[in-house]
Amino acid sequence: MIVLLGVLVVIIGFATRRNPLLVVGVAGIATGLLGGLSPQKVIAAFGDGFASSRAVTIFAITLPVIGLLERYGLQEQARRLITRFAGLTTGRFLALYLLLRQVTAALGLQSVFGHAQTVRPLAAPMAEGATERKNGPLTDKAREKVRSFAASADNVGLFFGEDVFLAVGSILLITGFVNTTYHTHLEPLQLALWAIPTAICALVIHGGRLLRLDRQLERELSAPAAKDGGATSTKGAAKKAPKNSARGTTK
Amino acid sequence: MIKAEWFYWLVGAIFLVMAAQMATDRTNPKRFGTAAFWGLLGLGFVYSTWVVDKSAPAEPLGVAVLVMVCLAGFGFTGRGKVRTSTAEERAASADRLGSKIFIPALTIPVVALICAVGVKKLRIGGQPVLQTGSETILGLGIGAVVALAVAMMMMREKKISTPMHAGRSMLEAMGWAMLLPQLLATLGTIFSVSGVGEQVGKITKSVLPDGSVLIAVIVYCAGMFLFTVVMGNGFAAFPVMTAAVGWPVLVEQAHGEPAIILAIGMLCGFCGTLATPMAANFNVVPAALLELKDQYGPIKAQLPTAGALLVCNIVIMYVCAF
Repeated sequence: MIVLLGVLVVIIGFATRRNPLLVVGVAGIATGLLGGLSPQKVIAAFGDGFASSRAVTIFAITLPVIGLLERYGLQEQARRLITRFAGLTTGRFLALYLLLRQVTAALGLQSVFGHAQTVRPLAAPMAEGATERKNGPLTDKAREKVRSFAASADNVGLFFGEDVFLAVGSILLITGFVNTTYHTHLEPLQLALWAIPTAICALVIHGGRLLRLDRQLERELSAPAAKDGGATSTKGAAKKAPKNSARGTTK
Repeated sequence: MIKAEWFYWLVGAIFLVMAAQMATDRTNPKRFGTAAFWGLLGLGFVYSTWVVDKSAPAEPLGVAVLVMVCLAGFGFTGRGKVRTSTAEERAASADRLGSKIFIPALTIPVVALICAVGVKKLRIGGQPVLQTGSETILGLGIGAVVALAVAMMMMREKKISTPMHAGRSMLEAMGWAMLLPQLLATLGTIFSVSGVGEQVGKITKSVLPDGSVLIAVIVYCAGMFLFTVVMGNGFAAFPVMTAAVGWPVLVEQAHGEPAIILAIGMLCGFCGTLATPMAANFNVVPAALLELKDQYGPIKAQLPTAGALLVCNIVIMYVCAF
């Protein structure tokens, strides 16, 4: 039971908003020592864990080119492009992104889209541009919301698309674990097929929530201008004046 | 054969170059701490090659990781003034380039796609061109390099230091969030060798009443969800919850259809991934990348979907598997 203290450290750490690196570092050391590892083994575990998980950090390789393109106005152009499609509201655009992400992931193309390569440079500014066209300058709060939902569309699409693909890690983990532990024989195809009902639910539920986002944004962006006067709207407009993404890259 | 390790070296080299830029950036009040953090990360990426193939001890790397944790955790890292174009320059360049600017941006996904689908099958002299099992990572890496070349030609940018500075600003903005996913992967390993999984399995078994299939389904699904929230990914939760409830109770006692139970059990874990800061690469890093003030913004946007999908999964499993 005492090894569960590590879990407690994590929960308390995140709940009290300590620096996550420290929380995880302390939890790792505590759990390792309580679980009977020697200090040397614990340190080695940190090294081994780092070495074998480098793939999650490899997206850094896209940052120089994305940074260069943003310097030359990529986000501005993405915003302008979306305004040419009058029917494409923020919600509809993000729902479309969700569908595209889900379908490509289901075909095994998980790294074609992602937060660094498509959400930050393209999807998020486009989603913002669509709101700006319809409702005028965004407040800080509305901007946060649009960006958060852009990130969520990427995650939901990936998670509930990839399991429909046979050769993905999670499917292979299931068959590998069950077939060796219980000496049975499960086919990846059966598992992938049974991921489809949930995939459809995910598309309907999150897609529906994205479509509802338009109305929420409309309410939020029209209300403060009428209610608490110029304060928020002029602030938003002032920030917007030298072309809205000045914040996006310098803040 | 193009190996995944080569790309890790390239990423490590990029971190090291950026660390050198950081060390000389006088606008950053904490430039040496920042440079030390990213320099260690770069060195770690390269050194890891020999840790993975067991030809070098893991302890020095472990010490380096803990030093990075302290550097970032106790606030020794910071950010310099961003060197970028002004808003007017960006608008003018967007006018000039028009939609052509999307070409390099779309090069990354297109090349990744070509590598994942086409180059994957290509062989030269009986050897696959891309290391087997790493095609998608390599596709992303090759796509980024090709896109950088295309972009520099198109923008007539001669200095390689310009994209490096641009990328470095994004790294500095992300700060500690960059290391968190790898650190959490480590925590997952430590949790599993210390037997956290077995303990959670025992607790789950003890709260499980006999008889009701519906309650067992709910315990399995909710257990996958909660355990994933704690561990940060469903892969760690799956063997534990399946050994505790999924297989012995749902498959063996209640004669459920295993494929349905296990596939949906895993998806309950994915609902948990949507809801936890422990899944840093999906939830915390994007918040940093999108420069959100609220680092839990994406999680808040995902929570209602995660909850609704958990209920859907419980219903689908109960209706279809029995």
